[in-house]
Amino acid sequence: MTHYAMVIDTRLCIGCGDCVIACKTENKVPEGLNRDWVVEATRGTYPDLSTEFRSERCNHCSHATCVYMCPTGASHHWKDTNIVLVDPNKCTGCKACIAACPYDARLVMHPGGYIDKCTFCHHRVEKGLDPACVSTCPTRCMYFGLLDDPSSEVSELLRRRDYKVLAPETGNRPNVYYLT
Amino acid sequence: MHEEILITARSNPPVDPVMHIWGWEISVYLFLGGLTAGIMFFSALMLLLNRDEEAPFSVNRLSLLAPVVLSLGMATLFLDLEHKLFVWRFYTTFEPTSPMSYGAWILVLVYPITLLQVLSTLRSGYPLLASLLTGTRPERVLLVCERWRRPIAWAAIPVAVALGIYTGILLSAFSARPFWNTGLLGPLFLVSGLSTGAALIALIARRHSEKRLFTLIDAGLILTELVIVALLLVNLSTGAQPQLDAAARLLGGDYTAWFWGAFVALGLLIPLLLEAAEIRATLRSLALLAPVLVLVGGYVLRVIAVDLGQETTWIDYGSEFNTELLERLH
Ligand code: SF4
Ligand code: SF4
Repeated sequence: MTHYAMVIDTRLCIGCGDCVIACKTENKVPEGLNRDWVVEATRGTYPDLSTEFRSERCNHCSHATCVYMCPTGASHHWKDTNIVLVDPNKCTGCKACIAACPYDARLVMHPGGYIDKCTFCHHRVEKGLDPACVSTCPTRCMYFGLLDDPSSEVSELLRRRDYKVLAPETGNRPNVYYLT
Repeated sequence: MHEEILITARSNPPVDPVMHIWGWEISVYLFLGGLTAGIMFFSALMLLLNRDEEAPFSVNRLSLLAPVVLSLGMATLFLDLEHKLFVWRFYTTFEPTSPMSYGAWILVLVYPITLLQVLSTLRSGYPLLASLLTGTRPERVLLVCERWRRPIAWAAIPVAVALGIYTGILLSAFSARPFWNTGLLGPLFLVSGLSTGAALIALIARRHSEKRLFTLIDAGLILTELVIVALLLVNLSTGAQPQLDAAARLLGGDYTAWFWGAFVALGLLIPLLLEAAEIRATLRSLALLAPVLVLVGGYVLRVIAVDLGQETTWIDYGSEFNTELLERLH
């Protein structure tokens, strides 16, 4: 399986939300829906506080429970990569995959009725481009690339820096990494 | 302190602020699916045990309800689909990791078997209906089915069990939803489905011996169900944090009244006491109340399971934005 990863530097992210706008524009996400979002996590007791910004989206899990639960094969790993896509022509709108995602990263696309989600901009990746959010970020805190290639920027960063993933205890093996 | 809030407005309709993807359509479907399992199971069982005398309704007439009840359930299931025109996609594949895919194919097995059950008892159960067919080709089908009534009943039993247990497994396979993620949900839904089936018979059968038999059977099933419910609570309240959070909703939280009042007390304990009184023949006048309560309790169980289950989660963000105020900006 070709293993793509997104690496996001929480020390650089300022929570501006440009990634959210970039995604909406690039993917023409319908009004009122979002495929990515920013979380502000605050820890500590005043005045001793620390804040972390995280741009979040589908984690394109290696062990994608949304794919396993889909009764029709509409949810699938794209071309033997870990990129999780939905085929609208197979989707019944049963919503099993929404319940199956521990990260609440999937949404029903209205009014079409099929499931919509982050695609890691596979249409751009195919052309060798970065996903829209990654290429838009004004602080350049996001990176995208292949984990299979030990010399790729993402592999380098994960070797050099401390990082975490969201809720690894779900067992989904998420592929959006946060540098801490 | 540790606080996580969304700072870009996210109000994805079925997900924010709490997940609500499945409503009454799914609760009704799971309830009617379980009831169908109970109907198939007991009509087959009584036939195999030759209880024609003691339980004539179950042996001869009950099975007609199975396809009717199941079709109602399928209708509400269909109502829930967001992409209705693509419903046939369930049947262009079999996905071995998806319980819903198993369910779709189990239903394909259930329908013909319920129809065979109906045909094999149509002449004894609904002579008027069957007489319409006299002298026609379909009558031959009736005769063949009648000759095969025992093998048909034998086939109905495992299919009924599969149907009943699948309605629970369907939910329990979601590792992302801590309240559902226990193998006990399968047996719980199966026993509850059988219990609602028995209650339905106790409610509509005419013969006293049959009412009494199914009151007895139902009391046994309720006792079993109580044990499974207790195990479920032990399981949840000794689990990891996401399970503890789910347990807290039942033990003092917002689902406490529903769970203990409407399900455990009204749906299990009170009917059990009524049935015990009935079996000892001290309480004839309230005979209809127990089965009605069992049926209502069975439905309440599905509602709690569907509603609470989807709300339990691994990740929970506060939203800084009041989505209602945002709407007004348009
Ligand atoms: S984050 Fe959710 S939607 Fe994305 S691959 Fe993982 S389980 Fe599926
Ligand atoms: S809603 Fe569509 S993609 Fe999701 S599980 Fe159902 S069929 Fe699959």
